[in-house]
Amino acid sequence: MALSHRNYAKVRVVAPVGRLDHDNCEAFRNDLAPHLDACLREGQALIFDLSGLEYVSSAGLRCLMLAARQAASRSGRLVIASLRPLVAEIFQISRFNLVFDVFPTMREALASVSSEAVEAFERG
Amino acid sequence: MRVRFWGTRGSMPVALTAADVRDKLAQALVAADGRRFESFGAAYDFAQQELPFTLTHTFGGHSSCVELETGSNEYFVCDMGSGARPFGAHVLARQGGRPATVNVFMSHVHWDHIMGFPFFGPAYVPGTTIRIHGCHDILEQALRLQQAPPCFPVPFDQLAAKIEFVKLVPGETYAGGSVSVTPKIQRHSGDSYGYRFEAGGKVLIYSTDSEHKLENRGEAEAFVAFFRDADLVVFDAMYSLAEVASVKADWGHSSNIVGVELCQMAGVKHLVLFHHEPSSDDAAIEAVLRDTRRLEELTRGARSLRVSAAYDGLEIDL
Repeated sequence: MALSHRNYAKVRVVAPVGRLDHDNCEAFRNDLAPHLDACLREGQALIFDLSGLEYVSSAGLRCLMLAARQAASRSGRLVIASLRPLVAEIFQISRFNLVFDVFPTMREALASVSSEAVEAFERG
Repeated sequence: MRVRFWGTRGSMPVALTAADVRDKLAQALVAADGRRFESFGAAYDFAQQELPFTLTHTFGGHSSCVELETGSNEYFVCDMGSGARPFGAHVLARQGGRPATVNVFMSHVHWDHIMGFPFFGPAYVPGTTIRIHGCHDILEQALRLQQAPPCFPVPFDQLAAKIEFVKLVPGETYAGGSVSVTPKIQRHSGDSYGYRFEAGGKVLIYSTDSEHKLENRGEAEAFVAFFRDADLVVFDAMYSLAEVASVKADWGHSSNIVGVELCQMAGVKHLVLFHHEPSSDDAAIEAVLRDTRRLEELTRGARSLRVSAAYDGLEIDL
């Protein structure tokens, strides 16, 4: 799975693309680890841009939950943005929409964590 | 093979409250929309044929007890939760005074899975044979303990039936008459065991009190193999996936989502959500069923998976 990233001010946005399931969740966790470490070292939030995520299974959702727990244990924050309709339904059915901060757009997700990040986002 | 659900609730039995009954009654009157019924029979037919499931049924009820009817003269049942009491009454009525032979398969010995045994009528009938199968060493000890003073007035040794304990080994298949059964260890406090029953070319999986962590490939593949091509899977769907992955992690239970995923991977025909959370009312279980059917629709591959929610009294013919 491709896992690109970009920064807005000090906020890091990672964007998994494709499917996240039990076939690739271990690799996803390994790929995610340095991003999570970088954010938590600097006390910044990490945002998942899920606009490219086509499907997430229970194993994938558990990976997101483990990342959130890791963030919480170091007073960090993990935020989710831009779900596709199918993935949004899976979040609702699994009730993950109740345990994550989920925002419909990247701008709203950034605004929830940092005004500087929103400004950087709007500057392009 | 016919599968009959005598107890479907997780952790402890529940009953409809007076408020629940009034609510269903009021909704039924609204649905009747001023119609007059000439007789009880006409009103009964209206209720049975025109009112939705949610007004005419309740999920119940008793804790785990699921019967397999195989056409054999012997009885086969999974777990002795409080549903064992009505199951026992059914056995006695059907036998009409003739002693029965009952084969019990125990998932584990947590209280909700054994609490019906002291109220299982055939245990008090001389000539009855009860064979209790399971993989736990402490099976007999647990059943004796719950009937020891001060917990219960009738000691285990006073039961009139001939009671045998049959130790099974996970992964080994046992053939008994028309039925073969293979146990599988499951993730649960003190371990639990699922059972794969095969009879008359049909396959039933009874898999309750089992937590799954499907990011573990080996574990996922082992359960897919265990469920492979089953006609019916009775599956612990007690919590939402979010609960299982967070506040209720390692509580030993699973979710509707994992049930759908495993059954889809294994080519199962019918998934039955089971071991309902005791705090869930009928509306909450209906909502979980709707969500689960929608998930199946969203993720359907080459073949569809039928999804139901178990309720006390449900019968499914395979």
